[in-house]
Amino acid sequence: MNQPENKAGLERRAAMAALLANRKDDLLVIPGLGSTCWDLAAAGDNDRNFYLWGAMGGAAMIGLGLALAQPDKRVLVVTGDGEMLMGMGALATIAVKRPSNLAVVVFDNGHYGETGMQPSHTNHGGVDLLGVARSCGIGICLDVTDADSLVDLVARLKAPIGTLFARVSIAIADPPRVLPERDGAVLKARFRAAIGV
Amino acid sequence: MNAPTAIFDWPSSLYNTLKRAGIRQVGYVPDAGHAQLIDRCRTDPDIHDVVLTTEEEGVALAAGAWLGGQRAVLLMQSSGVGNCINMLSLARSCRFPLLMMITMRGEWEEFNPWQQPMGSIVEPVLKLCDAEIYRATKPEEVEGLAERAVQHVFGDERIAALLLSQQLIGKKVWTK
Repeated sequence: MNQPENKAGLERRAAMAALLANRKDDLLVIPGLGSTCWDLAAAGDNDRNFYLWGAMGGAAMIGLGLALAQPDKRVLVVTGDGEMLMGMGALATIAVKRPSNLAVVVFDNGHYGETGMQPSHTNHGGVDLLGVARSCGIGICLDVTDADSLVDLVARLKAPIGTLFARVSIAIADPPRVLPERDGAVLKARFRAAIGV
Repeated sequence: MNAPTAIFDWPSSLYNTLKRAGIRQVGYVPDAGHAQLIDRCRTDPDIHDVVLTTEEEGVALAAGAWLGGQRAVLLMQSSGVGNCINMLSLARSCRFPLLMMITMRGEWEEFNPWQQPMGSIVEPVLKLCDAEIYRATKPEEVEGLAERAVQHVFGDERIAALLLSQQLIGKKVWTK
């Protein structure tokens, strides 16, 4: 049973900008590789972003290690449906630890955007990532499908009370790439310096 | 249980080394050879024990830990090394410190032939990934080699693997 093509959904760059509006220094952001990485760069460079140019399937787990190490800061992972699908076991691992300062937000457009917009499992086979996160035991699971629910997500990110997972329905689009720094050692060093470790 | 007689308690040596090194996060896929060390870590309030669904998660976990200023270790069995290969690019591209402690299978009195293919290529594969290899075959050399691996990893943000030979673990008993 296939779900219909994901034609509706929020515009990705605006959604990222909303998540990061009035950003404070205690917010640390890990994007997945590809589109969410360009979205994060487009929202404005920040030393507290750790851009990924690879490590597909690893974004949420980097977020977990960081969240455990920095319990007084908030960690926001924003990744795509394809990247999350590759590392879906991370949702089980995160649900066991449940750090209250970790949020994993999936920009779900139902497609592998970087490779030619092939339909992903969330589209083709109808995999419900929100249902996966919920059944893993992640406490707060939000389905963001419109402007109002995005406002709700933004509010919850500002006052974290538990591990959060959100699926954001994203419209199919291919906005211009905004490429951040790609030297991993530089990104690592500047991130650590920014938070003083 | 099939643990060898603990004349020399090398898992405790490893635990003590991890504590001296200031390790705060321990990622692991459950493994009989690491069972004692995993138990020690799980009951240590200063250690975040993170049970993984696959070993590559641990490579990413360790990277996140280091971004946040904590040291991590990844415990796994030799079969797990294959699961890590692409994620090791993260450590290499960013020069993240990565400490792996790997119990070996498929190399000594192994009953299960399916362990041999991955076990036999652990060393060359890890070397191709820029990991420094330390191999312990006798209980009394485990701690010294672990200390050297720690120094290699955190002294200079590099990758090292301590291979714990199957002689240390003892053979798995299949009859009940």
